[in-house]
Amino acid sequence: MKRGNRIWSWIVMIIGILYFFLPLLATFIFSLKAKLGVLSFQAYANVFHDPAFVYNFSYSVLWAISTIVVGILLFVPTAYLIRLRVPKLRSAVEFITLLPFVIPAIVFVFGLVRTFSHPPLLIVNSPALLIAGYTVLSMPYMYRSIDTGLRSIDVRTLTEAAQSLGAGWGSILFDIILPNIRVAILSGAFLSFAIVIGEYILAQYLAKPAFAPYMAYQIQQKAYEPAAMAIISFALTWAAMGIIALVGRGNGQAQVGGGH
Amino acid sequence: MTALDEKRDAPLARPAPHKMSWAWLGVMPFFLFAFLFLIYPSSTIVVRSFQDSVTHGFTLKNILALFDNHYILGAYWISIEISLLTSVGGGIFGFLLAYAAIRGGLPSFMRSSLMTFCGVASNFAGVPLAFAFIALLSPTGLLISWLRALGYNPYFHGFTLYTFWGLSIVYMYFQFPLMVLIIAPAIDGLRREWLEASENLGASSFQYWRYVALPILLPSIMGTMILLFGNSFGAFATAQALTGGQINLVTIVIGSQLRGDALGDPGLGYAMALGMVVVMALAITGYTVLQRRTERWLR
Repeated sequence: MKRGNRIWSWIVMIIGILYFFLPLLATFIFSLKAKLGVLSFQAYANVFHDPAFVYNFSYSVLWAISTIVVGILLFVPTAYLIRLRVPKLRSAVEFITLLPFVIPAIVFVFGLVRTFSHPPLLIVNSPALLIAGYTVLSMPYMYRSIDTGLRSIDVRTLTEAAQSLGAGWGSILFDIILPNIRVAILSGAFLSFAIVIGEYILAQYLAKPAFAPYMAYQIQQKAYEPAAMAIISFALTWAAMGIIALVGRGNGQAQVGGGH
Repeated sequence: MTALDEKRDAPLARPAPHKMSWAWLGVMPFFLFAFLFLIYPSSTIVVRSFQDSVTHGFTLKNILALFDNHYILGAYWISIEISLLTSVGGGIFGFLLAYAAIRGGLPSFMRSSLMTFCGVASNFAGVPLAFAFIALLSPTGLLISWLRALGYNPYFHGFTLYTFWGLSIVYMYFQFPLMVLIIAPAIDGLRREWLEASENLGASSFQYWRYVALPILLPSIMGTMILLFGNSFGAFATAQALTGGQINLVTIVIGSQLRGDALGDPGLGYAMALGMVVVMALAITGYTVLQRRTERWLR
Protein backbone atom coordinates (compact mmCIF):
# COMPACT_ATOMS: atom_id res chain seq x y z
CA MET A 1 0.00 0.00 0.00
CA LYS A 2 1.15 3.48 -0.81
CA ARG A 3 1.74 5.76 2.11
CA GLY A 4 -0.71 8.45 1.02
CA ASN A 5 -3.50 5.89 0.95
CA ARG A 6 -2.73 4.81 4.47
CA ILE A 7 -3.04 8.38 5.75
CA TRP A 8 -6.45 8.68 4.10
CA SER A 9 -7.50 5.37 5.63
CA TRP A 10 -6.58 6.64 9.07
CA ILE A 11 -8.47 9.90 8.56
CA VAL A 12 -11.64 8.10 7.46
CA MET A 13 -11.30 5.62 10.30
CA ILE A 14 -10.84 8.34 12.91
CA ILE A 15 -13.94 10.21 11.69
CA GLY A 16 -15.85 6.93 11.92
CA ILE A 17 -14.59 6.26 15.43
CA LEU A 18 -15.54 9.80 16.53
CA TYR A 19 -19.01 9.44 15.00
CA PHE A 20 -19.44 6.16 16.81
CA PHE A 21 -18.14 7.14 20.22
CA LEU A 22 -18.93 10.84 20.70
CA PRO A 23 -22.71 10.37 21.20
CA LEU A 24 -21.99 7.53 23.63
CA LEU A 25 -19.37 9.54 25.48
CA ALA A 26 -21.76 12.51 25.76
CA THR A 27 -24.51 10.24 27.08
CA PHE A 28 -22.19 8.56 29.55
CA ILE A 29 -20.79 11.82 30.91
CA PHE A 30 -24.31 13.22 31.16
CA SER A 31 -25.49 10.12 33.04
CA LEU A 32 -22.82 10.73 35.71
CA LYS A 33 -23.97 14.26 36.52
CA ALA A 34 -27.08 13.50 38.57
CA LYS A 35 -25.43 14.83 41.73
CA LEU A 36 -24.58 18.51 41.54
CA GLY A 37 -20.86 19.20 41.25
CA VAL A 38 -19.58 15.60 41.40
CA LEU A 39 -19.57 12.68 39.03
CA SER A 40 -21.55 9.76 40.43
CA PHE A 41 -23.55 6.72 39.50
CA GLN A 42 -26.57 8.24 41.23
CA ALA A 43 -28.68 8.23 38.04
CA TYR A 44 -28.08 4.46 37.64
CA ALA A 45 -29.03 3.89 41.28
CA ASN A 46 -32.19 5.92 40.73
CA VAL A 47 -33.06 3.90 37.65
CA PHE A 48 -32.57 0.52 39.34
CA HIS A 49 -34.53 1.64 42.41
CA ASP A 50 -37.41 2.92 40.33
CA PRO A 51 -40.23 0.34 40.53
CA ALA A 52 -41.66 1.59 37.20
CA PHE A 53 -38.35 0.85 35.47
CA VAL A 54 -38.14 -2.63 36.97
CA TYR A 55 -41.77 -3.26 35.98
CA ASN A 56 -41.38 -2.11 32.36
CA PHE A 57 -37.98 -3.69 31.90
CA SER A 58 -39.11 -7.05 33.27
CA TYR A 59 -42.00 -7.03 30.83
CA SER A 60 -39.58 -6.37 27.94
CA VAL A 61 -37.49 -9.35 29.05
CA LEU A 62 -40.66 -11.45 29.26
CA TRP A 63 -41.71 -10.38 25.73
CA ALA A 64 -38.22 -11.14 24.42
CA ILE A 65 -38.08 -14.63 25.94
CA SER A 66 -41.60 -15.45 24.75
CA THR A 67 -40.72 -14.26 21.25
CA ILE A 68 -37.62 -16.46 21.18
CA VAL A 69 -39.52 -19.53 22.42
CA VAL A 70 -42.37 -19.04 19.94
CA GLY A 71 -39.83 -18.40 17.19
CA ILE A 72 -37.92 -21.62 17.91
CA LEU A 73 -41.08 -23.74 18.15
CA LEU A 74 -42.45 -22.28 14.95
CA PHE A 75 -39.38 -21.91 12.75
CA VAL A 76 -37.20 -24.96 13.58
CA PRO A 77 -39.75 -27.59 12.43
CA THR A 78 -40.67 -25.45 9.41
CA ALA A 79 -37.10 -24.83 8.25
CA TYR A 80 -36.30 -28.52 8.85
CA LEU A 81 -39.27 -29.81 6.84
CA ILE A 82 -38.70 -27.28 4.04
CA ARG A 83 -35.11 -28.45 3.73
CA LEU A 84 -35.87 -32.16 3.91
CA ARG A 85 -39.40 -32.87 2.69
CA VAL A 86 -41.13 -29.98 0.95
CA PRO A 87 -38.44 -27.95 -0.86
CA LYS A 88 -41.06 -26.72 -3.33
CA LEU A 89 -42.40 -24.40 -0.63
CA ARG A 90 -38.97 -22.85 -0.10
CA SER A 91 -39.53 -19.75 -2.22
CA ALA A 92 -42.91 -19.10 -0.57
CA VAL A 93 -41.30 -19.32 2.87
CA GLU A 94 -38.40 -17.10 1.83
CA PHE A 95 -40.81 -14.51 0.51
CA ILE A 96 -42.74 -14.51 3.79
CA THR A 97 -39.62 -14.28 5.95
CA LEU A 98 -38.48 -11.23 3.97
CA LEU A 99 -41.85 -9.43 4.11
CA PRO A 100 -41.11 -7.73 7.46
CA PHE A 101 -38.29 -5.86 5.67
CA VAL A 102 -40.76 -4.50 3.13
CA ILE A 103 -43.44 -3.52 5.63
CA PRO A 104 -42.15 -0.82 8.00
CA ALA A 105 -42.95 -1.54 11.65
CA ILE A 106 -45.28 1.44 11.91
CA VAL A 107 -47.30 0.23 8.90
CA PHE A 108 -47.29 -3.30 10.32
CA VAL A 109 -48.68 -2.19 13.68
CA PHE A 110 -51.20 -0.02 11.83
CA GLY A 111 -52.44 -3.15 10.07
CA LEU A 112 -52.44 -5.20 13.31
CA VAL A 113 -54.45 -2.62 15.25
CA ARG A 114 -56.97 -2.10 12.46
CA THR A 115 -57.38 -5.84 11.84
CA PHE A 116 -57.64 -7.08 15.41
CA SER A 117 -59.77 -4.40 17.03
CA HIS A 118 -63.11 -5.63 15.68
CA PRO A 119 -65.02 -8.79 16.59
CA PRO A 120 -64.55 -11.66 15.83
CA LEU A 121 -60.83 -10.86 15.91
CA LEU A 122 -60.89 -8.65 18.98
CA ILE A 123 -57.49 -9.54 20.45
CA VAL A 124 -55.81 -6.14 20.24
CA ASN A 125 -55.48 -6.04 24.05
CA SER A 126 -54.08 -9.54 24.39
CA PRO A 127 -50.35 -9.96 25.11
CA ALA A 128 -50.48 -12.80 22.56
CA LEU A 129 -50.85 -10.24 19.77
CA LEU A 130 -47.75 -8.38 20.92
CA ILE A 131 -45.72 -11.60 21.08
CA ALA A 132 -47.01 -12.62 17.65
CA GLY A 133 -46.02 -9.19 16.33
CA TYR A 134 -42.53 -9.49 17.81
CA THR A 135 -42.21 -12.97 16.36
CA VAL A 136 -42.97 -11.48 12.94
CA LEU A 137 -40.45 -8.65 13.44
CA SER A 138 -37.72 -11.10 14.49
CA MET A 139 -38.62 -13.63 11.77
CA PRO A 140 -36.14 -12.45 9.13
CA TYR A 141 -33.26 -12.89 11.60
CA MET A 142 -34.50 -15.94 13.50
CA TYR A 143 -35.65 -17.96 10.52
CA ARG A 144 -32.56 -17.17 8.48
CA SER A 145 -30.21 -18.03 11.34
CA ILE A 146 -31.95 -21.37 11.74
CA ASP A 147 -31.91 -22.01 8.01
CA THR A 148 -28.21 -21.16 7.78
CA GLY A 149 -27.58 -23.51 10.69
CA LEU A 150 -29.44 -26.34 8.96
CA ARG A 151 -27.47 -25.74 5.77
CA SER A 152 -24.21 -26.35 7.62
CA ILE A 153 -25.18 -29.82 8.91
CA ASP A 154 -26.15 -32.94 7.00
CA VAL A 155 -29.84 -32.96 7.86
CA ARG A 156 -30.68 -35.96 5.72
CA THR A 157 -28.00 -38.30 7.11
CA LEU A 158 -28.71 -37.28 10.70
CA THR A 159 -32.42 -37.91 10.20
CA GLU A 160 -31.92 -41.28 8.55
CA ALA A 161 -29.44 -42.38 11.20
CA ALA A 162 -31.89 -41.40 13.93
CA GLN A 163 -34.72 -43.15 12.16
CA SER A 164 -32.71 -46.36 11.80
CA LEU A 165 -32.15 -46.26 15.53
CA GLY A 166 -35.89 -45.96 16.04
CA ALA A 167 -36.25 -42.29 16.93
CA GLY A 168 -39.63 -40.61 16.47
CA TRP A 169 -40.11 -37.21 14.85
CA GLY A 170 -40.23 -35.31 18.11
CA SER A 171 -37.00 -36.80 19.29
CA ILE A 172 -35.33 -36.28 15.90
CA LEU A 173 -36.20 -32.58 15.97
CA PHE A 174 -35.48 -31.81 19.59
CA ASP A 175 -32.75 -34.34 20.51
CA ILE A 176 -30.84 -34.49 17.22
CA ILE A 177 -31.43 -31.43 15.04
CA LEU A 178 -31.82 -28.77 17.73
CA PRO A 179 -28.53 -29.46 19.57
CA ASN A 180 -26.69 -29.53 16.24
CA ILE A 181 -27.85 -26.06 15.24
CA ARG A 182 -27.72 -24.51 18.70
CA VAL A 183 -25.08 -21.96 17.66
CA ALA A 184 -27.30 -20.67 14.87
CA ILE A 185 -30.34 -20.65 17.17
CA LEU A 186 -28.42 -18.80 19.87
CA SER A 187 -27.27 -16.07 17.50
CA GLY A 188 -30.82 -15.66 16.17
CA ALA A 189 -32.10 -15.63 19.75
CA PHE A 190 -29.71 -12.96 20.98
CA LEU A 191 -30.39 -10.77 17.98
CA SER A 192 -34.13 -11.15 18.61
CA PHE A 193 -33.50 -10.33 22.26
CA ALA A 194 -31.70 -7.10 21.33
CA ILE A 195 -34.46 -6.15 18.90
CA VAL A 196 -37.34 -6.80 21.29
CA ILE A 197 -35.68 -5.09 24.27
CA GLY A 198 -35.15 -1.92 22.24
CA GLU A 199 -38.42 -2.07 20.35
CA TYR A 200 -40.69 0.94 20.74
CA ILE A 201 -43.40 0.93 18.10
CA LEU A 202 -45.34 -2.29 18.79
CA ALA A 203 -45.36 -1.92 22.56
CA GLN A 204 -46.35 1.74 22.30
CA TYR A 205 -49.27 1.22 19.92
CA LEU A 206 -50.48 -2.03 21.45
CA ALA A 207 -50.28 -0.23 24.82
CA LYS A 208 -48.15 -2.78 26.67
CA PRO A 209 -45.52 -2.12 29.33
CA ALA A 210 -42.02 -2.19 27.83
CA PHE A 211 -38.61 -0.59 28.22
CA ALA A 212 -38.45 1.65 25.13
CA PRO A 213 -41.84 3.42 25.53
CA TYR A 214 -41.02 3.94 29.21
CA MET A 215 -37.69 5.48 28.28
CA ALA A 216 -39.32 7.73 25.65
CA TYR A 217 -41.71 8.93 28.34
CA GLN A 218 -38.86 9.53 30.79
CA ILE A 219 -36.97 11.67 28.26
CA GLN A 220 -39.74 14.23 28.63
CA GLN A 221 -39.82 13.97 32.43
CA LYS A 222 -36.22 13.70 33.58
CA ALA A 223 -32.69 14.50 32.49
CA TYR A 224 -30.11 12.10 33.94
CA GLU A 225 -32.07 8.89 34.30
CA PRO A 226 -32.82 8.57 30.54
CA ALA A 227 -29.08 8.96 29.93
CA ALA A 228 -28.41 6.07 32.29
CA MET A 229 -31.11 4.04 30.53
CA ALA A 230 -29.58 4.78 27.12
CA ILE A 231 -26.24 3.49 28.40
CA ILE A 232 -27.90 0.38 29.86
CA SER A 233 -29.66 -0.21 26.56
CA PHE A 234 -26.42 0.22 24.65
CA ALA A 235 -24.63 -2.17 26.99
CA LEU A 236 -27.35 -4.76 26.38
CA THR A 237 -27.07 -4.41 22.58
CA TRP A 238 -23.32 -4.71 22.93
CA ALA A 239 -23.63 -7.79 25.13
CA ALA A 240 -26.04 -9.45 22.70
CA MET A 241 -23.74 -8.76 19.72
CA GLY A 242 -20.73 -9.88 21.74
CA ILE A 243 -22.36 -13.18 22.62
CA ILE A 244 -23.34 -13.71 18.97
CA ALA A 245 -19.75 -13.05 17.89
CA LEU A 246 -18.52 -15.39 20.60
CA VAL A 247 -20.82 -18.36 19.96
CA GLY A 248 -20.77 -17.95 16.19
CA ARG A 249 -17.03 -17.42 15.85
CA GLY A 250 -15.84 -18.45 12.45
CA ASN A 251 -19.12 -18.71 10.59
CA GLY A 252 -18.63 -15.13 9.42
CA GLN A 253 -22.28 -14.25 9.33
CA ALA A 254 -23.05 -10.52 9.31
CA GLN A 255 -25.91 -9.72 11.62
CA VAL A 256 -27.93 -6.78 10.45
CA GLY A 257 -31.12 -5.50 11.82
CA GLY A 258 -33.04 -3.38 14.24
CA GLY A 259 -36.22 -1.37 14.60
CA HIS A 260 -35.52 2.28 13.94
CA MET B 1 -19.22 -39.63 -3.52
CA THR B 2 -21.63 -40.04 -6.42
CA ALA B 3 -22.28 -43.66 -5.58
CA LEU B 4 -22.97 -42.73 -1.98
CA ASP B 5 -25.35 -39.97 -3.00
CA GLU B 6 -27.26 -42.28 -5.27
CA LYS B 7 -27.56 -44.82 -2.51
CA ARG B 8 -28.82 -42.16 -0.18
CA ASP B 9 -31.38 -40.85 -2.65
CA ALA B 10 -32.75 -44.23 -3.60
CA PRO B 11 -35.43 -44.59 -0.91
CA LEU B 12 -36.73 -41.12 -1.74
CA ALA B 13 -37.30 -42.05 -5.36
CA ARG B 14 -40.14 -44.23 -4.20
CA PRO B 15 -43.34 -42.22 -3.84
CA ALA B 16 -44.20 -41.84 -0.20
CA PRO B 17 -47.58 -40.13 -0.10
CA HIS B 18 -48.31 -40.48 3.61
CA LYS B 19 -44.91 -39.04 4.56
CA MET B 20 -45.49 -36.13 2.20
CA SER B 21 -48.81 -35.20 3.77
CA TRP B 22 -47.28 -35.31 7.27
CA ALA B 23 -44.68 -32.87 6.08
CA TRP B 24 -47.35 -30.55 4.70
CA LEU B 25 -49.15 -30.72 8.00
CA GLY B 26 -45.89 -29.89 9.76
CA VAL B 27 -45.36 -26.64 7.89
CA MET B 28 -48.99 -25.59 8.30
CA PRO B 29 -48.51 -23.81 11.68
CA PHE B 30 -45.95 -21.53 10.05
CA PHE B 31 -48.19 -20.63 7.15
CA LEU B 32 -51.21 -20.17 9.41
CA PHE B 33 -49.18 -17.90 11.67
CA ALA B 34 -47.80 -15.90 8.74
CA PHE B 35 -51.23 -15.56 7.21
CA LEU B 36 -52.96 -14.48 10.41
CA PHE B 37 -50.36 -12.06 11.76
CA LEU B 38 -48.55 -10.82 8.67
CA ILE B 39 -50.32 -11.37 5.37
CA TYR B 40 -53.89 -10.78 6.46
CA PRO B 41 -53.21 -7.53 8.39
CA SER B 42 -51.06 -6.24 5.52
CA SER B 43 -53.65 -7.11 2.91
CA THR B 44 -56.21 -5.26 5.04
CA ILE B 45 -54.22 -2.12 4.32
CA VAL B 46 -54.25 -2.78 0.58
CA VAL B 47 -57.98 -3.60 0.50
CA ARG B 48 -59.05 -0.64 2.61
CA SER B 49 -56.96 1.73 0.51
CA PHE B 50 -59.31 0.96 -2.36
CA GLN B 51 -62.46 0.93 -0.26
CA ASP B 52 -64.83 3.78 0.46
CA SER B 53 -64.80 4.20 4.25
CA VAL B 54 -68.58 4.75 4.34
CA THR B 55 -70.11 2.57 1.61
CA HIS B 56 -67.28 -0.06 1.53
CA GLY B 57 -67.50 -0.05 -2.28
CA PHE B 58 -64.46 0.01 -4.56
CA THR B 59 -62.97 3.48 -5.04
CA LEU B 60 -59.79 5.19 -6.19
CA LYS B 61 -60.73 8.23 -4.13
CA ASN B 62 -58.24 7.52 -1.31
CA ILE B 63 -55.30 7.05 -3.64
CA LEU B 64 -56.15 10.16 -5.65
CA ALA B 65 -56.63 12.16 -2.46
CA LEU B 66 -53.00 11.36 -1.51
CA PHE B 67 -51.78 13.43 -4.44
CA ASP B 68 -54.19 16.25 -3.62
CA ASN B 69 -53.18 16.73 -0.03
CA HIS B 70 -50.30 19.15 0.47
CA TYR B 71 -49.71 17.98 4.03
CA ILE B 72 -49.28 14.36 2.93
CA LEU B 73 -47.24 15.21 -0.17
CA GLY B 74 -45.03 17.33 2.07
CA ALA B 75 -44.54 14.39 4.44
CA TYR B 76 -43.58 12.06 1.57
CA TRP B 77 -41.23 14.70 0.24
CA ILE B 78 -39.41 15.21 3.54
CA SER B 79 -39.19 11.45 4.11
CA ILE B 80 -37.76 10.99 0.62
CA GLU B 81 -35.29 13.88 1.00
CA ILE B 82 -34.01 12.66 4.34
CA SER B 83 -33.73 9.09 3.03
CA LEU B 84 -31.89 10.20 -0.12
CA LEU B 85 -29.47 12.32 1.87
CA THR B 86 -28.70 9.69 4.50
CA SER B 87 -28.56 6.78 2.04
CA VAL B 88 -26.14 8.52 -0.34
CA GLY B 89 -24.17 10.18 2.47
CA GLY B 90 -24.15 7.08 4.67
CA GLY B 91 -23.43 4.93 1.64
CA ILE B 92 -20.38 6.93 0.56
CA PHE B 93 -18.97 7.23 4.06
CA GLY B 94 -19.69 3.58 4.85
CA PHE B 95 -17.95 2.51 1.66
CA LEU B 96 -14.88 4.63 2.41
CA LEU B 97 -14.77 3.25 5.93
CA ALA B 98 -15.08 -0.37 4.80
CA TYR B 99 -12.47 0.15 2.08
CA ALA B 100 -10.09 1.82 4.52
CA ALA B 101 -10.44 -1.06 6.97
CA ILE B 102 -10.13 -3.85 4.40
CA ARG B 103 -7.73 -2.48 1.76
CA GLY B 104 -6.35 0.66 3.36
CA GLY B 105 -3.24 -0.90 4.90
CA LEU B 106 -4.53 -0.50 8.45
CA PRO B 107 -3.64 -3.02 11.15
CA SER B 108 -5.84 -6.07 10.69
CA PHE B 109 -7.51 -5.87 14.10
CA MET B 110 -9.16 -2.64 12.84
CA ARG B 111 -11.26 -4.64 10.47
CA SER B 112 -12.77 -7.02 13.00
CA SER B 113 -13.34 -4.22 15.53
CA LEU B 114 -15.03 -2.14 12.83
CA MET B 115 -17.34 -5.03 11.97
CA THR B 116 -18.30 -5.53 15.61
CA PHE B 117 -18.90 -1.78 16.11
CA CYS B 118 -21.04 -1.69 12.99
CA GLY B 119 -23.08 -4.69 14.12
CA VAL B 120 -23.81 -2.88 17.37
CA ALA B 121 -24.41 0.56 15.84
CA SER B 122 -26.79 -0.69 13.16
CA ASN B 123 -28.83 -2.31 15.93
CA PHE B 124 -28.59 0.65 18.29
CA ALA B 125 -31.49 2.76 17.13
CA GLY B 126 -34.75 4.20 18.27
CA VAL B 127 -35.21 5.85 21.65
CA PRO B 128 -31.69 5.39 23.14
CA LEU B 129 -30.09 6.63 19.92
CA ALA B 130 -32.27 9.74 19.97
CA PHE B 131 -31.20 10.39 23.55
CA ALA B 132 -27.51 9.88 22.77
CA PHE B 133 -27.68 12.66 20.19
CA ILE B 134 -29.67 14.89 22.55
CA ALA B 135 -26.76 14.51 24.98
CA LEU B 136 -24.31 15.40 22.20
CA LEU B 137 -26.01 18.01 20.01
CA SER B 138 -28.83 19.65 21.96
CA PRO B 139 -28.23 23.30 22.93
CA THR B 140 -26.68 22.09 26.21
CA GLY B 141 -25.09 18.98 24.68
CA LEU B 142 -21.45 18.03 25.00
CA LEU B 143 -20.24 18.95 21.51
CA ILE B 144 -22.28 22.16 21.39
CA SER B 145 -20.83 23.31 24.71
CA TRP B 146 -17.32 22.55 23.44
CA LEU B 147 -18.01 24.60 20.31
CA ARG B 148 -19.54 27.39 22.40
CA ALA B 149 -16.38 27.48 24.50
CA LEU B 150 -14.49 27.99 21.23
CA GLY B 151 -16.79 30.90 20.45
CA TYR B 152 -19.03 29.21 17.87
CA ASN B 153 -22.64 28.30 18.59
CA PRO B 154 -24.25 26.39 15.70
CA TYR B 155 -27.68 27.24 17.12
CA PHE B 156 -27.00 30.89 16.23
CA HIS B 157 -26.36 29.82 12.65
CA GLY B 158 -29.58 28.00 11.90
CA PHE B 159 -28.69 24.51 13.20
CA THR B 160 -31.19 22.63 15.32
CA LEU B 161 -31.10 18.98 16.31
CA TYR B 162 -34.85 18.61 16.03
CA THR B 163 -35.39 19.33 12.33
CA PHE B 164 -34.19 18.05 8.97
CA TRP B 165 -30.40 18.35 9.31
CA GLY B 166 -30.30 17.24 12.91
CA LEU B 167 -32.41 14.18 12.18
CA SER B 168 -30.20 13.36 9.18
CA ILE B 169 -27.10 13.39 11.38
CA VAL B 170 -28.84 11.00 13.79
CA TYR B 171 -29.99 8.66 11.02
CA MET B 172 -26.43 8.46 9.69
CA TYR B 173 -25.55 6.65 12.90
CA PHE B 174 -27.40 3.52 11.81
CA GLN B 175 -27.00 4.09 8.05
CA PHE B 176 -23.24 3.96 7.52
CA PRO B 177 -22.65 0.91 9.74
CA LEU B 178 -25.24 -1.00 7.70
CA MET B 179 -23.36 0.01 4.53
CA VAL B 180 -20.08 -1.26 6.02
CA LEU B 181 -21.62 -4.63 6.94
CA ILE B 182 -23.20 -5.22 3.54
CA ILE B 183 -20.47 -3.82 1.28
CA ALA B 184 -17.54 -5.56 3.04
CA PRO B 185 -17.96 -8.88 1.19
CA ALA B 186 -18.04 -7.02 -2.14
CA ILE B 187 -14.78 -5.24 -1.31
CA ASP B 188 -13.29 -8.59 -0.30
CA GLY B 189 -14.26 -9.84 -3.75
CA LEU B 190 -12.10 -7.23 -5.48
CA ARG B 191 -9.12 -9.33 -6.44
CA ARG B 192 -5.68 -7.95 -5.82
CA GLU B 193 -4.65 -9.37 -9.20
CA TRP B 194 -6.91 -6.83 -10.89
CA LEU B 195 -5.04 -3.95 -9.25
CA GLU B 196 -1.68 -5.53 -10.06
CA ALA B 197 -2.71 -6.21 -13.65
CA SER B 198 -3.85 -2.66 -14.22
CA GLU B 199 -0.70 -1.29 -12.59
CA ASN B 200 1.43 -3.50 -14.86
CA LEU B 201 -0.44 -2.14 -17.84
CA GLY B 202 0.44 1.36 -16.67
CA ALA B 203 -2.93 2.45 -15.36
CA SER B 204 -3.06 5.31 -12.89
CA SER B 205 -4.91 4.89 -9.66
CA PHE B 206 -7.75 7.00 -11.12
CA GLN B 207 -7.91 4.75 -14.17
CA TYR B 208 -8.00 1.63 -12.00
CA TRP B 209 -11.02 2.99 -10.13
CA ARG B 210 -12.72 4.41 -13.21
CA TYR B 211 -12.38 1.34 -15.45
CA VAL B 212 -11.97 -1.65 -13.13
CA ALA B 213 -13.03 -1.31 -9.49
CA LEU B 214 -16.02 1.01 -9.75
CA PRO B 215 -17.77 -0.78 -12.63
CA ILE B 216 -17.58 -3.99 -10.59
CA LEU B 217 -18.58 -2.47 -7.29
CA LEU B 218 -21.14 0.01 -8.57
CA PRO B 219 -24.18 -2.31 -8.70
CA SER B 220 -23.38 -3.42 -5.17
CA ILE B 221 -22.90 0.14 -3.92
CA MET B 222 -26.08 1.36 -5.60
CA GLY B 223 -28.05 -1.65 -4.37
CA THR B 224 -26.94 -1.17 -0.79
CA MET B 225 -27.73 2.55 -0.99
CA ILE B 226 -31.24 1.64 -2.10
CA LEU B 227 -31.49 -0.65 0.92
CA LEU B 228 -30.32 2.22 3.14
CA PHE B 229 -32.99 4.40 1.53
CA GLY B 230 -35.67 1.94 2.63
CA ASN B 231 -34.05 1.62 6.05
CA SER B 232 -34.41 5.34 6.67
CA PHE B 233 -37.75 5.71 4.88
CA GLY B 234 -39.41 3.24 7.28
CA ALA B 235 -37.76 4.62 10.43
CA PHE B 236 -40.14 5.90 13.07
CA ALA B 237 -39.05 5.46 16.69
CA THR B 238 -35.87 7.56 16.38
CA ALA B 239 -37.69 10.52 14.83
CA GLN B 240 -40.61 10.24 17.23
CA ALA B 241 -38.38 10.15 20.31
CA LEU B 242 -36.11 12.93 19.03
CA THR B 243 -38.72 15.42 17.87
CA GLY B 244 -41.72 14.32 19.92
CA GLY B 245 -43.58 13.88 16.62
CA GLN B 246 -42.92 17.48 15.54
CA ILE B 247 -41.28 16.57 12.23
CA ASN B 248 -43.57 15.83 9.32
CA LEU B 249 -42.38 12.40 8.10
CA VAL B 250 -44.67 9.81 6.50
CA THR B 251 -44.12 7.40 9.41
CA ILE B 252 -44.91 10.12 11.96
CA VAL B 253 -48.14 11.04 10.13
CA ILE B 254 -49.16 7.36 10.02
CA GLY B 255 -48.38 7.12 13.74
CA SER B 256 -50.63 10.05 14.60
CA GLN B 257 -53.31 8.74 12.25
CA LEU B 258 -53.20 5.50 14.25
CA ARG B 259 -53.55 7.30 17.58
CA GLY B 260 -56.71 9.04 16.49
CA ASP B 261 -57.51 9.62 12.82
CA ALA B 262 -55.38 12.78 12.64
CA LEU B 263 -56.08 13.14 8.93
CA GLY B 264 -59.84 13.11 9.54
CA ASP B 265 -60.26 10.42 6.90
CA PRO B 266 -59.61 6.72 7.67
CA GLY B 267 -59.32 5.83 3.96
CA LEU B 268 -56.52 8.34 3.50
CA GLY B 269 -54.56 6.75 6.34
CA TYR B 270 -54.67 3.34 4.62
CA ALA B 271 -53.65 4.84 1.28
CA MET B 272 -50.70 6.52 2.97
CA ALA B 273 -49.58 3.25 4.55
CA LEU B 274 -49.95 1.53 1.18
CA GLY B 275 -47.77 4.21 -0.40
CA MET B 276 -45.02 3.38 2.11
CA VAL B 277 -45.20 -0.33 1.32
CA VAL B 278 -44.96 0.43 -2.42
CA VAL B 279 -41.84 2.56 -1.92
CA MET B 280 -40.28 -0.11 0.33
CA ALA B 281 -41.12 -2.90 -2.12
CA LEU B 282 -39.49 -0.93 -4.96
CA ALA B 283 -36.41 -0.39 -2.79
CA ILE B 284 -36.04 -4.08 -1.87
CA THR B 285 -36.60 -5.16 -5.48
CA GLY B 286 -33.96 -2.71 -6.68
CA TYR B 287 -31.55 -4.01 -4.05
CA THR B 288 -32.15 -7.65 -5.02
CA VAL B 289 -31.73 -7.02 -8.75
CA LEU B 290 -28.50 -5.05 -8.29
CA GLN B 291 -27.13 -7.55 -5.77
CA ARG B 292 -27.61 -10.35 -8.32
CA ARG B 293 -25.68 -8.37 -10.92
CA THR B 294 -22.75 -8.08 -8.53
CA GLU B 295 -22.72 -11.76 -7.66
CA ARG B 296 -21.71 -12.58 -11.23
CA TRP B 297 -18.32 -10.99 -10.57
CA LEU B 298 -17.74 -11.93 -7.00
CA ARG B 299 -17.95 -15.70 -7.23
